[in-house]
Amino acid sequence: MKGLKRCAMAAIVVASAAFAASGDASGPAPTFTLTTVTGQQTALSQYKGQVVMVNFWATWCGPCQQEMPLLDQMYKKYKSAGFTLIGVNVDKDAPPVKELLARKPVSFPVLLDPANQVSKAYHVDEMPSSVIIDRKGDIRYIHRGYRPGDENEYQDRIRQLIRE
Amino acid sequence: MRASLQLGVVGIGLLLGACSSIQPWVKPYERDRLADPIMSWDRDAISGAYLDHVYESREGSRGATGTAGGGCGCN
Amino acid sequence: MPTFPRHLSRLAALAALSLMCVAGAAVLPDDRADVFYSTYRGGGMDITGESVLVRKKFSEQFAVQANYFIDKVSGASVDVTSGASPIKDERKQKSLSLDYIHDKTQYNLAYTNSTERDYISNTTHFSLSQDMFGDLTTVTLGFTDSRDKVGENNGTSHAPIIAWLGHAESRSYEGGLSQVITKNLITGATVEVITDQGLLSNPYRSIRYLDPTVGLKYSPGVPVYPNTRTSTAVEGRAKYFLPYRAAASVSYRYFTDTWGIHANTIELGYAQPVSNVFIFEGRLRHYSQNHATFYSDLFPFANSQNFEARDQNLAASTNNTIDAKMTWAFAPEGFLVFKRATASFDVTRIQFKYKDFRDTRDYTVNNGFAPGTEPLYAFNAMIYQVYISMFF
Repeated sequence: MKGLKRCAMAAIVVASAAFAASGDASGPAPTFTLTTVTGQQTALSQYKGQVVMVNFWATWCGPCQQEMPLLDQMYKKYKSAGFTLIGVNVDKDAPPVKELLARKPVSFPVLLDPANQVSKAYHVDEMPSSVIIDRKGDIRYIHRGYRPGDENEYQDRIRQLIRE
Repeated sequence: MRASLQLGVVGIGLLLGACSSIQPWVKPYERDRLADPIMSWDRDAISGAYLDHVYESREGSRGATGTAGGGCGCN
Repeated sequence: MPTFPRHLSRLAALAALSLMCVAGAAVLPDDRADVFYSTYRGGGMDITGESVLVRKKFSEQFAVQANYFIDKVSGASVDVTSGASPIKDERKQKSLSLDYIHDKTQYNLAYTNSTERDYISNTTHFSLSQDMFGDLTTVTLGFTDSRDKVGENNGTSHAPIIAWLGHAESRSYEGGLSQVITKNLITGATVEVITDQGLLSNPYRSIRYLDPTVGLKYSPGVPVYPNTRTSTAVEGRAKYFLPYRAAASVSYRYFTDTWGIHANTIELGYAQPVSNVFIFEGRLRHYSQNHATFYSDLFPFANSQNFEARDQNLAASTNNTIDAKMTWAFAPEGFLVFKRATASFDVTRIQFKYKDFRDTRDYTVNNGFAPGTEPLYAFNAMIYQVYISMFF
């Protein structure tokens, strides 16, 4: 059965090579207007001139929940330096989102994208996904997934773009 | 049987290599139902293993009683 | 004095490992602690099972799971053909499993030891699971190795005299694929090849052959089993999310081996959550197998074949199961250190029917049954399970 094991290992190595990684990106950030959980209409264009991080999340996604408190801390820390964090929730229904935010509130705006139009426009292919946009409105960095320690990467990028 | 198993594994390997450009047709933001606990294969692991063991000790067959996968697909 | 069915220790260890290597998508499951109790009653046997499981993550990438299981048997199964004194025995099983995730790959390494007075089994398992195609596909490969020591109790339950008869080894190679088809439908397929070698017979079973020289008209004999066995099982399954929030599932498994056994298993399941507090589930299972080539309920004369067996497990049989389960999230907001907790109650009824295994208890030639005309054996088993799962 040695041959079988070797083939199996080869198959796994080939497969491991085929996954999307986080990295630099470019191009203008697609504009959007969505409603917040509190019912206000908010547009991305309102934040032009600031560094914006758009974080796509869902109530049913574990790593998204893990990230939230760290994103909140980051938002409070860099807010005065010209940074904004916008949470875009992709749940189909609003009640579980409101319930979750009531239990674990965040201070950054949370927008609802139940029809997933914005997720499609940003080609979200991983949950959670964070897109960092510079002051001119161009996408500079996309981070897919979340592992503890990723918040350091976010902070590095944000500081870099704030200084521009 | 050994040869066909080997071929099968090599086949999967080639398929995986060739198909790395396929885009997922179920977007990650559409996975809420798949992440629902009722959609998992084996929520209650001890109970599942226990019943498998009751059957295997009374029947002449064994094997192929579980699969992994599904869920929220996060990370 | 039969205790547990022959391969129970090893098979239980393998089943325990299916518990150990539930590899999901690239996120480790929540920390948990479970307490489990079950009773099985059927075919003259009374078996209780008690188990404790604890699972803890030590980083986002690494988790350890430990499980302890005790089976206690009492009773006299149909295979006790002489001296119907009830037997009492215990099997203790300990398992330790390690999970490690790196990017889209999950690795699992597990070890299980199962010990009873007359059977010891040590099993090691390794598997890896890879998510691909946007996490819609998961491919799993697994390898399991079991080393067993087989003995026989020549004394009684209370005063055992154990004779160690030999060893058996088993290797299993498993490949699995899980595929998300639509946002409502997930499917899976598994292939598992198992090869055994060594002492594969059950020391407590005997065969019988026609013997006109004795009053009973048949005499017992010692079974002779091949010392190798290779089997292949292929399984396919699908689960569908119904729009009003429920899940329907179906699975089918085909089994074949070098002992001539072909078996089919088909299962249907349905899960219905109610107001986020209860989940009600029902399941139906149908199983059928033909007999092993060297199996017979009654051989024509002594040593008529190279290999001979009269083990129920190798007979042509069917069994049908109906199962109902209720899970109650009695602490959805958590209590003490737990994030949430559920209690589950499960009732299972299995009806066993044998097509070529006869019930020879209490039947003497005076009761009018010529050997080979005794009633075909059949029995029902009831299983109750209750367990509490606490998540951290």
